[in-house]
Amino acid sequence: MKFAGWGFVLLVAVVMLSLAAAVFAGETLGAVKSRGYLIVGVNGGLYGFGMPDEKGVWRGLDVDTARAIAAAVFGDPDKVKFVALTTQTRFTALQSKEVDVLCRNATKTLTREAESGLSFVAVNYYDGQGFLVPKKLGVKSAKELNGASVCVLPGTTTEQNLADFFRSNKLTMKPVVIELNTVLNQAFFAGRCDCLTSDISQLAGVRAVSPNPDDYVILPELISKEPLAPAVRHGDDQWRGIVEYAVLAMVAAEDLGITSKNIDEMLQSSSPDVKRFLGVTPGNGKALGLDEKWAYNIVKKVGNYGEVFERNIGAESKVGLPRGLNAQWKDGGLMYAPPFK
Amino acid sequence: MSLTRTATVDASDHERVPLWRDPAKRAIAFQAVTLGLVFMLSYWIFSNAQSNLRKQSIATGFGFLSKEAGFEIGESLIPYSAAETYFRALSAGFLNTLKVSIAGVILTIILGVFVGISRLSKNWLLARIAAGYIEVLQNIPVLLQLFFWYGLFYTSLHGPRKSFNPVPGVFFNNRGFYFPFPEYHSAYPAMAVALFAACFAGCLLHKWSRTRQDKTGQSFPVMPVALGGVVGLPLIVWLAYGMPIRLDTPHLAGFNYEGGFSFSPEFVALLLGLVLYTSAFVAEIVRAGIQSVSRGQTEAAMSIGLKPGEVLSLVILPQAMRLIIPPMTNQMLNLTKNSSLAVAIGFPDFVAVVNTSINQTGQAIEGVSLIMIVYLTISLVTSSLMNRYNKRTAIIER
Repeated sequence: MKFAGWGFVLLVAVVMLSLAAAVFAGETLGAVKSRGYLIVGVNGGLYGFGMPDEKGVWRGLDVDTARAIAAAVFGDPDKVKFVALTTQTRFTALQSKEVDVLCRNATKTLTREAESGLSFVAVNYYDGQGFLVPKKLGVKSAKELNGASVCVLPGTTTEQNLADFFRSNKLTMKPVVIELNTVLNQAFFAGRCDCLTSDISQLAGVRAVSPNPDDYVILPELISKEPLAPAVRHGDDQWRGIVEYAVLAMVAAEDLGITSKNIDEMLQSSSPDVKRFLGVTPGNGKALGLDEKWAYNIVKKVGNYGEVFERNIGAESKVGLPRGLNAQWKDGGLMYAPPFK
Repeated sequence: MSLTRTATVDASDHERVPLWRDPAKRAIAFQAVTLGLVFMLSYWIFSNAQSNLRKQSIATGFGFLSKEAGFEIGESLIPYSAAETYFRALSAGFLNTLKVSIAGVILTIILGVFVGISRLSKNWLLARIAAGYIEVLQNIPVLLQLFFWYGLFYTSLHGPRKSFNPVPGVFFNNRGFYFPFPEYHSAYPAMAVALFAACFAGCLLHKWSRTRQDKTGQSFPVMPVALGGVVGLPLIVWLAYGMPIRLDTPHLAGFNYEGGFSFSPEFVALLLGLVLYTSAFVAEIVRAGIQSVSRGQTEAAMSIGLKPGEVLSLVILPQAMRLIIPPMTNQMLNLTKNSSLAVAIGFPDFVAVVNTSINQTGQAIEGVSLIMIVYLTISLVTSSLMNRYNKRTAIIER
């Protein structure tokens, strides 16, 4: 009894110590530069957003966002170490400084920013939670899902949104909550559940790698707003600025018509906006504490937002998502970068 | 001269031993220092974590327990909905952990004892099968076994519309195992009272027969009479109420079956995985316990005219129990702790619910502390109960 009590105290001590020890360190940019590479938390198994391909090369929208940050800091998009994180470990890993940035399709919410010590930066994908159902079920709307078994990943806003949607429509359902993506998806495709709920991006990715993608359909309802954004820790505003503007630089480049192909011609452009953006007129780099070529490096070595989107999740890719909300503001979307001056 | 001096020194030493050379006092000092260090370390860690959490503006405390949980739980023993509090959600998870642990422990003991005795059987085939069972199940990680059973359920069973229907009213499909269940009737509480009364009477009967046997040597068939009472008394009450039997039969409603009584595939897979894995260890413990009782004991018991059943129940098992109980306690605790693997196959146990709560509130330290407290409490209660039982079965040393 006595020994067990002490064991408990020690266990608590170990947990707290590991949390406490991680907090002392210098400014993030300095730490990253002296280390020589960036450590980014990503999703290890989400096709289109963060997943290694057959050759072991990381691919995806979130992965390219991370490469853009590395290109801004080092001028080299490959100076990144990717750490695959689960939904359970992602915030703790960031809080305890195991990763410098989190690019892991995480939804920006009020409590996550106000209570969990995280700052989300510019949104890199406007997502929403939806439902994937087998076509043979004959369901046309999520409101026909009364009494359904729903496969859901634990510990995200997903579970809460799901409960909210069914409650507000006076419907019932039975959640099946499984921690591992792979086990959850297997259970769904084997028929354990009537539908799978998650962010549309996730559903499209899961469907793309499933045995029979054409047998499944995503229902039209979006039951939540899920602005997915990279996140950094509270308290280092310089680092936050760098990550934020690395994301926005890709959006701004598309807006300015700069692509990885035409960027070297654009260096000769007479437009003051383009000149400032590419560092021909200096100022932006110094303000952020980076090289003046930072934005040039991002677009040249990673691409603008449109290129990155199409390459990873666009209509022509295996995931096959339309631009939708993620189109430029000029085309009716929400992608809007502030002036780079 | 020198002789006298030595003598004096010796005498004074004996009277005033310096503190650092007195083992008893030294021990107290060391313990005090150790205790102080542990307290200082804990305090340092606690205050450090507190200030760091404040620096990162992470809210602390257990205030979140009274907030609305906002998520659903797949199965619960108490009424629960997303509108309830986190405390209620955690309670539902806790009861699910208890449900699988208690059912698991009971089934494990039954199966383990059966397999353990089978392994000692003179029947070659039975003994070999038991040995194979033990070797295979003991040596495969329990998590893999859980994945296997869970996968087996959802791949081998069909969807609700093509349910396997072995007996009318019973349905097996990949959503669960559905059985008819009697609808509520006022006869049932009365039957429960009758059952308790019969159990109580059985205990009294046992006590009375013990006393009588001690005095006169006459034995009384307690077991058959008590069993008759336990079954018969509620049956008489049921007959007196006019044999109410209205079954709530499961029926297909929309996507799934409703009504009746059901087990989810997650629960069954978890229970099956834990029971099969742990019972392999229990079987070995039972075998070791029985083999530890020397052959002479059996022969001696038979020579004074005990029947084979009595030899086992009065001579062999009481002695084997001494060896069986302590490691058996460990296996019970292992089963309970392994039940936290539930989250891997979607059974909403305590850990699964806490995980969801942590992610929604961000309060990892509080959540992990709750998990530790709950498992520690379950383990300590189990082991204190088992220790009490162990004391009763242990050799009484004089």
